[in-house]
Amino acid sequence: MAEPQNAFELRGITKRFPGVLANDNVDFACHVGEVHALLGENGAGKSTLMNVLAGLYRPEAGEIFVIGQRVSFHSPQEAIAHGLGMVHQHFMLVTSHTVAENMVLGLDRPRFLLDLRRVEDQVTALAEQYGLSVNPRAKIWELSVGEQQRVEVLKMLFRGAKVLIMDEPTAVLTPQEVEALFHTLRDMTRRGHTIVFISHKLDEVVSIADRVTVMRRGKVTAANIPAKGTTKTELAKLMVGREILFQVEKKDAKPGEVVLSVDHLQAENDRHLPALRDVSLEVRAGEILGIAGVAGNGQRELAEVLTGLRRTTGGVMKFGQKTLGASTNWLEIGLHLAHIPEDRAAYGSVPTMSVAENLILKSFQRPPISSGWSINSAAVRKNAVRLVDQYKIDTPTIETPARMLSGGNLQRLILARETSGRPSLMIAVHPTRGLDVGATEAVDKLLIEQRDAGAAILLISEDLDELLSLSDRLAVMYEGQIVGEMPAKGANIHTIGLMMAGTKAVA
Amino acid sequence: MRIPWTPYRVRIETRLDNPGWMSIVSSVLGVVLALVVGGVVLRAAGARDPIATYREIFKEGFGTFADLRAGFIALITHNSCPKGLLCFGPISDTLVKASPILLTGLACILAFRMKLWNIGADGQMFFGAWAATAVAVFLLPKSTDRVVMLAMMALAGLAAGLVYGAIPGLLKAFLNINEIITTLMLNYIAYKWIEYFVVVGPWSIGDFESTGTFPKSATWPRLTEYAKQVPILAGLTAHPGILIGICVAILLAWVLFRSRWGYEIRVSGDNPKAARYAGIGLKRNILLVMALSGAIAGLAGMNEVAALRELNGRLQRGYGFTGVIVAWLAHLNPLAAILVAILFGGLLVGTQLIQPQGIASMLQGVILFVVIGTELLFHYRVQLEKID
Repeated sequence: MAEPQNAFELRGITKRFPGVLANDNVDFACHVGEVHALLGENGAGKSTLMNVLAGLYRPEAGEIFVIGQRVSFHSPQEAIAHGLGMVHQHFMLVTSHTVAENMVLGLDRPRFLLDLRRVEDQVTALAEQYGLSVNPRAKIWELSVGEQQRVEVLKMLFRGAKVLIMDEPTAVLTPQEVEALFHTLRDMTRRGHTIVFISHKLDEVVSIADRVTVMRRGKVTAANIPAKGTTKTELAKLMVGREILFQVEKKDAKPGEVVLSVDHLQAENDRHLPALRDVSLEVRAGEILGIAGVAGNGQRELAEVLTGLRRTTGGVMKFGQKTLGASTNWLEIGLHLAHIPEDRAAYGSVPTMSVAENLILKSFQRPPISSGWSINSAAVRKNAVRLVDQYKIDTPTIETPARMLSGGNLQRLILARETSGRPSLMIAVHPTRGLDVGATEAVDKLLIEQRDAGAAILLISEDLDELLSLSDRLAVMYEGQIVGEMPAKGANIHTIGLMMAGTKAVA
Repeated sequence: MRIPWTPYRVRIETRLDNPGWMSIVSSVLGVVLALVVGGVVLRAAGARDPIATYREIFKEGFGTFADLRAGFIALITHNSCPKGLLCFGPISDTLVKASPILLTGLACILAFRMKLWNIGADGQMFFGAWAATAVAVFLLPKSTDRVVMLAMMALAGLAAGLVYGAIPGLLKAFLNINEIITTLMLNYIAYKWIEYFVVVGPWSIGDFESTGTFPKSATWPRLTEYAKQVPILAGLTAHPGILIGICVAILLAWVLFRSRWGYEIRVSGDNPKAARYAGIGLKRNILLVMALSGAIAGLAGMNEVAALRELNGRLQRGYGFTGVIVAWLAHLNPLAAILVAILFGGLLVGTQLIQPQGIASMLQGVILFVVIGTELLFHYRVQLEKID
């Protein structure tokens, strides 16, 4: 059989950032019509390499070939003209514009008159062809995250992309949306498109990719491994450079007193529809209660109500013996609540402020960080030095702005801040979403440590494996209600799946 | 981006690190570039030699180098030169001009730190001026002790600015009404308010369109007043306004960078969601910041009337807008604002005699424009490269 043609090839790419060698003489190539996974930890240089391919960065050294022809790109427009399109992790869409308007954004044709009706028809045709149904007249903000991603894919197809680079496309999707995306990707490769799939989720890589290339610290550590016949463990080892335990080691829980109890709690969502309907649960000191459920069944609202970001419309919340009001400001009542928010970048950090200043976000109103009106800068520095060291936050200095940290490091920063004061209650929402295996392992360990130290932990996640391995008890949410509760040990995944789909537990 | 008709292209890359010196370089570069652009405009306006014009502006605003040297020698050797401290005359005038600009600049810095775009410092200043005048002319007797009188005027100015800043603050905090529009509109109300009192209405003495000269106790003491005791102070106009500005700047720097409340402000300005997550009350802080920003601007108003010795229809408009430029040039740093305000004071004094009259505003505008332009260097790396 003849060697399949390369859709593109990168040779000897070197890209340097201040203080970092992001890509060190990297070779990478994809066959036409394959899904090629580019695997690596956060900061391994995957995104940098693909940004070079997509024309966003120019490498210091190296060559790019497209269908055997040498090219050089000075802008994403030039890359797309050669059929290379990238779907970024953070979507590049104008949220107040319609789908069709976003399609033509940045194109230099038509020159004068914009026939949006025609664009809409083209989008609809394209969408039908690839099974990416989306209303071309919908405004972007009206769409779910999964739909927005479809728009991004369509945008690239509209511009004639033959090679689609997807940067961690599943990080923001629900399991169902991931399934739909995989379906589309397979369909696209059958039509001769080539997909580069950047990820650090091993399960996904094994299930979607034809071949895998692994990067670590700016270099390729293993190239073009056929995905069939490789295992998660092998890939993880290549990626991290050491064995990874997929099973979390933990002792049995020793539940103590009830720390948080919630009785017939009710709350509304952003559209003022009931989101929580009579939720009752208890979390005890020294145990992890996992909340499972398909996204959008009230988990977010539950976390927001408990952390004081959303008002309740009924029911009772109690912290220990203390009854909390409809809208609780934990800071004001002086209780130490640790909260790992769902959206790290949006809630968990202040991007232009320093690592040191980010680390006091929860403690700046208390001694030793502040006394009276003033903040004690020596204490701020001491706190930062200690936490950076203890939680292994990889940052050049404690004065570095938080926006310079990678996703895994930002999560470490948040965990350091939230758990350092020995919290008695912790609300963790998708704590490992978007993290690589190494960072995930660290987060898991930390949660178990906190539990063993006596914290009551409420863990909200869509990752059933994570829930089953970390939780002591498991509750399933469906349409704003707890539809079943069980010990995590020996829980039947099939039963949980049925509950998540709305079947009540048979007592 | 290709530069037309050349084999070069400009490449712009996001900067991943912003070294501290960049902020100084971009400000200085902004001023230098602005002077170049301004020079072209001066030339077009009829100046034969723009550099000579700039030299003249500098001389008017800060004095000649020879004078400055002589002045320092006089200072060290206790008056051995005939002109004495009058060598510092231009600087003294500049400091007088710089004080309201510094205060309005600080008002803007406080609000801008929380991303509240208070462009109503002008109106808040006018109200401060009005309230200080009410105290000086109508509420307190002429014989009031000078320190008490000035302190009461300052308090009145602060309070009036506070109230006038709190109005858009309340509207923003509770009804989410855009503060840019409200503060801008409130400026015009303040102008007309003063106009009513001193041109049309109750405070005007006869047809003079003025409250008349304040009692001496309600005016800033100037250095020249002490010439009887210390002869070398003769002719110097400087008054304590600039010191008050510097004190407020130091206080504001402490509040912003060393206090709990300042931390809240900076967190709220950078990421309101994170502020909410940390339990910081946004509504309360919006109101407080707008009110205090207004209060600082109100103090500028008190400073102006205490320096002018009367309130009349010619109370200078536009200091509030110059404050926006000062805040921006200082990169929202209160201490840097002291230097920038003095520079702008010199510019205003130096261009007073230049025709056409708009030169000062033109240069200010060009400086702001170019400085915002050079921010590009702060966030992006710009490179020129040959197209292969």
